[in-house]
Amino acid sequence: MNEPVARMPPRALALPFDPLLLLATLGLMVASLIVLAAATADDIPGQPHYYVNRQATFFTLGLILMAVISRFDYTRLRELKYGIYGVAIVLIVAVAAFGGVTKGSRRAIQLPFFEVQTSEVVKVLLVVVLAAVVVDRARDLASRQTTARIMLLALIPTALVMLQPDLGSALVYVVTAVAILFVAGVPWYRLAVLGFVGVAAISFVLAIGPAIGVNVLQKYQVERLTAFLHPTDNPGDEGYQQNQSRIAVGAGQRTGRGELSSQTRLNFLPEHHTDFIFAVVGERWGFVGSAIVLTLYALLLWRGLRILTISKNLYGALIAGGIVAMILFQLFVNVGMNIGIMPITGIPLPLLSYGGSSVLTTLIAIGLLQSIYAQGRAAAATKGRVLTM
Amino acid sequence: MVDPVTDRRPPITPQLALRVAIFGGVALVLFAVIFFRLWYLQVLSGDSYLAEANNNRVRELRIQAPRGEIVDRNGRVLVTNRRAIVVTIEPSTLPDSEREMAATWGQEAGQRAAKPKGKRGEPVPIPPIDNGELEQRYARLARVLGTSADAIHRDVIQQLAQVPYADVRLKTDVPRSVLNYISERKKKFPGVRVEEVYLRRYPQGQLAAQLVGTVGEISPEQLRKKRYRDLKQGTIIGQDGLELEYDSYLRGKDGMRRIQVDALGNPKGALKEQDPTAGRTVRLSLDLNLQATAQKALGNIGAGRPGSAVALNPKTGEVLAMASYPSFDPSVFTKPMTQAQYDRLTSDETGAPIFNRTIGAQYPTGSTFKIVTALAALQTGVRGADEVINDTGVFELGPQKFKNAGDAVNGAISLRQAMEVSSDVYFYQLGAKLNGLRGQVLQTWAKKLGFGHRTGIDLPGETKGLIPDRQWRKDLAAKEKSCRKKEKIPISADVYTAAAEGCGISDMRPWSAGDNVNLSVGQGDLQATPLQLAVAYSTLANGGKRIKPHLGMEVDDSQGRQLQRIQSAGSTRVKFDPANQQAILDGLKLAAEGPNGTSTDVFKDWPNDKYPIYGKTGTAERQPKADQSWYAAYVPSETKPIVVVATVEEGGFGADTAAPIVRQILSKYFFNKAGEVVRGSDTSN
Repeated sequence: MNEPVARMPPRALALPFDPLLLLATLGLMVASLIVLAAATADDIPGQPHYYVNRQATFFTLGLILMAVISRFDYTRLRELKYGIYGVAIVLIVAVAAFGGVTKGSRRAIQLPFFEVQTSEVVKVLLVVVLAAVVVDRARDLASRQTTARIMLLALIPTALVMLQPDLGSALVYVVTAVAILFVAGVPWYRLAVLGFVGVAAISFVLAIGPAIGVNVLQKYQVERLTAFLHPTDNPGDEGYQQNQSRIAVGAGQRTGRGELSSQTRLNFLPEHHTDFIFAVVGERWGFVGSAIVLTLYALLLWRGLRILTISKNLYGALIAGGIVAMILFQLFVNVGMNIGIMPITGIPLPLLSYGGSSVLTTLIAIGLLQSIYAQGRAAAATKGRVLTM
Repeated sequence: MVDPVTDRRPPITPQLALRVAIFGGVALVLFAVIFFRLWYLQVLSGDSYLAEANNNRVRELRIQAPRGEIVDRNGRVLVTNRRAIVVTIEPSTLPDSEREMAATWGQEAGQRAAKPKGKRGEPVPIPPIDNGELEQRYARLARVLGTSADAIHRDVIQQLAQVPYADVRLKTDVPRSVLNYISERKKKFPGVRVEEVYLRRYPQGQLAAQLVGTVGEISPEQLRKKRYRDLKQGTIIGQDGLELEYDSYLRGKDGMRRIQVDALGNPKGALKEQDPTAGRTVRLSLDLNLQATAQKALGNIGAGRPGSAVALNPKTGEVLAMASYPSFDPSVFTKPMTQAQYDRLTSDETGAPIFNRTIGAQYPTGSTFKIVTALAALQTGVRGADEVINDTGVFELGPQKFKNAGDAVNGAISLRQAMEVSSDVYFYQLGAKLNGLRGQVLQTWAKKLGFGHRTGIDLPGETKGLIPDRQWRKDLAAKEKSCRKKEKIPISADVYTAAAEGCGISDMRPWSAGDNVNLSVGQGDLQATPLQLAVAYSTLANGGKRIKPHLGMEVDDSQGRQLQRIQSAGSTRVKFDPANQQAILDGLKLAAEGPNGTSTDVFKDWPNDKYPIYGKTGTAERQPKADQSWYAAYVPSETKPIVVVATVEEGGFGADTAAPIVRQILSKYFFNKAGEVVRGSDTSN
């Protein structure tokens, strides 16, 4: 096994990559383009391919970004953690300063061809930063201070995006922070306390607060969050979207309605290129189509967890854990709201939903996973050589 | 600096392995939840969601079928259609409070209307709009329609009180620009519909107004009826008159347009279209020229007093004219009606123009009834046709004295002269004699000739009339008795004051010969419609064939080609001796042309050789009102026989009012011109 190539320090381009992860990624991209083409053909008169073309552009940029990131050693990011954190905070604050208002929220910075939804990018930046801080305190994991510091670091951007307001991203930040602590091995009782505080906070925000006159969330946000519990009460407002989405998914039946997908094509299904794209899959391709898409996600997440275990160091494992949690949480909340078991939170479906910020963020994250894989394989190869020596 | 300790690849500790396993387990559970839910939505309940999705996108619009026309025997149009753009509002889109207000107001207004006139007091006021949002809705609509929110509110309350289920018509005949404006802003005008509909049009104005009837939206009760099994809510059907009677031909079949709409309700292409089928034309036996003459003669000669005239073919039962005075313009029914309009149509003060007196009013018929008495007497052999009696001017029945009208003394007369001069004494005797026979012979013959039951004409709302007899009096007395028991009024033995002291149903005296004497000359308690009298004269003229009068003659397509004949419901055979028939007809002929005939001067200059008149005057007493004028005539003809009956309430002597009306109708019928008014001078009953 003494191949000459292995003696040399591995060159970046020769690094291995995870073919199954790449397969899942490309599969979801293709699915996204197919679904968008079907869903948005009638949306902009005269431009049936508007959304498909733009999404394809985002994918191309994202793939390049992913490939580049996968060739670098993610471990270098540890040193840059405070710088990255600063950038993240600046990005969120910049939206407040320069952002344009869409549908009552200030969430994105308008560029000539592109809106940057910075809260998306912060999702992956935060994973990199939090994982680094945990690694720094690896010897002191069980202490309350570690947990507190991580949560504090996560809650600052969380609070800032909630002001936009962007409740979905805020939830993603908190969930990834907890997942990183979990994977790092923070003791169960600390996690239990975190869980308790979380439940208390949610009940305060949704029920107790409004009752005593303290409104953390806007009234519409509370309504959106609770509408899924009683969707037919006010089918004109919050319940309407959820109702139409459920009808669309249900009407797809086993194999889908194909060209007859009236819920999508006649606009009964709102936001069918972004938040409710999964319902389009459900209506047009039925249970079979939904199962295929979900299988691609399962493959992606499985590879994520697998990469977690082969990481060459704790930092990589924590980043992988954070990314898997980030994608899994977004997937479940988004699909859940499409099929009427989760509230409407405005969380996109990673890779499938139309949107440059979300696409680039997810592909950066997957690039990091590939990097962890590549570094892990390379390290194992080196060690293997040492061991056999 | 990178920490060399942590930079080394850590071995997978058991703790990490456990946590990764838990992580994977959580992911597995979440996927399982999603899959179960998808299975439930798409496989288990897919059918119902698919139905909901289709329900979302498909709207069904009814395309109203034009109703068939109603034309007279010559094809002259009596009822047709016109297109109109109407604005309606659906009651189901109104707040409950508005509908409740309508129900409450309707109840109060109904209670007020039930009170006798003069005691009603002020009209029940309509409460103001109690809903700010609704007021804005009304105001927005009012600006487009050029009216006010209050006016819309008033319309809604009044119409909902009358017909709670039907769309409220806010305006008829709006310009097309309103249709476009509202159609493009449906969201701003919830529940408001602007559509082009067919409304009935009556080019003949007041002609035959009481016959045509009305159309209207099918009611929930009607929807449950077998007859309307295939109809959908909102269908326009005939609600009265000929529209109701021949609804199945006139109605046609509404079409259906299924269109696909998007989430905003914008149409996105038609899915399926079923064209409406226009209704059939119904051709009546009515001759509108004759009808016009009849209505005009009634109005002119009757001088504004209510009356009726009917002309029919005695052989076939085809009704040629059916007039009732006063009349009205049926187009008032094509728009929502105000209470004042409704009152004008129905109140006694205006003569209730909507009332079809020919089939709905019942009166004693006076001497025109004498043909019945004559036939009964001749058929039973109570008296021979040529048997001569001495008319002394008075008929004594115990203590009661019955006199001829005008105290006339006619001397020695037989049946023919008795008919000619309309001797009452002759018939009084018969009435008394017939009363002595077993089995109420006079009543039986009255029934055979068509009195006391419906003629069966193809119009709703016909009344039965009344042939007074022994049992009828008994029943009335029993009713009076039970009423007095309930009201605790003593059952007095004094027959003359009993009626005034009691409930007023009956004086409780039993049937007497005097009752039959009154009946013999068509006075007293007899109640008959003008149409029944016409049927009786037709039966005599036909030698016993009692026809069912009818208006509907055939069903045509829109080009006027006959599709099917409307079968008249047949006739009934009444048996009597042709010699007896001839004797009575002779008497009728003498009455119209004999030297002493009661209507001879009315038919002065009439070509009796060509069109002999067999006519009888009648003057019915209707205390406390003035006498009612009657005339019934039969004119035989190979090709166009006719029976005409006319009556004018409080019109005085038969020869003075009713006979001249009949003459004009006959003149129009045979010579196509009504001619001058010729009044007779006879003053008999």
